[in-house]
Amino acid sequence: MENLNSYLIVSAILFSIGTIGVLIRKNAIVMFMCIELMLNAVNLTFVALSRHLGNMDGQVFVFFIMTVAAAEAAVGLALMIAFFNNKESIDVEDVNLMKW
Amino acid sequence: MLTTLFFAVITFVAIVSAILVITCKNPINSALSLVMTFFCLATYYVMLDAPFMATVQVMVYAGAIMVLIVFTIMLLNIRVDATKKYTHKIVLGSIIGFFTLINTVFLLLKSRVALPTGPYNGEMIKQIGNTEIIGREMFTNFLLPFEITSILLLVAIVGAVIIAKKKL
Repeated sequence: MENLNSYLIVSAILFSIGTIGVLIRKNAIVMFMCIELMLNAVNLTFVALSRHLGNMDGQVFVFFIMTVAAAEAAVGLALMIAFFNNKESIDVEDVNLMKW
Repeated sequence: MLTTLFFAVITFVAIVSAILVITCKNPINSALSLVMTFFCLATYYVMLDAPFMATVQVMVYAGAIMVLIVFTIMLLNIRVDATKKYTHKIVLGSIIGFFTLINTVFLLLKSRVALPTGPYNGEMIKQIGNTEIIGREMFTNFLLPFEITSILLLVAIVGAVIIAKKKL
């Protein structure tokens, strides 16, 4: 096992890359993938700290996070399909139906 | 020494593919880079003595969720317009992301992690097995959240079908 801090720093870098992706991309599906990247960075933190502290609760939490991510993927992609049927586009800048 | 080298290689691949996710113009390329990142994370889980988590990572994330995403991209058949911009507010977004990185790394370097308190050390995990420990925890201490998860999945199935339907 490597040093704990190296895992945490990798996780921080991946989380920041995910944040940048969510902020700069226009395509809603790519934004969605960046959110998955951020969730995975958090999962890495959970597993590394669980191994370090000798407590398996963190890995059970990762399991639940994966379940929530799967549910989120299904509903989010359904929303994108519904939006594409209306607007013929999935750019977030075209989401302006409720804009004042 | 060899472990450190391996860790460095995996980290390099993970970060490069994560950057490719946010820079590729075509969503399919982003999705494939994301699969690469997920495999790197599965490798980290193996290095952290959590083989069950690595398997679930590959099957659920790299398998199920990415198939769903790639399927949606291909179903919608989005044309990549070469002239159209695919990003916005790059400078502002990069600054915010950079500050997130500085903040977290600063916090990590300045803080001290607690000493091991739980019962499972490396020897014990190898002896009992990661899967058995997780199974025991999940069906004793975490039984109620586990059952609630099933309701969440049911709601997600019904919601996805209703939202994606054209006419109710």
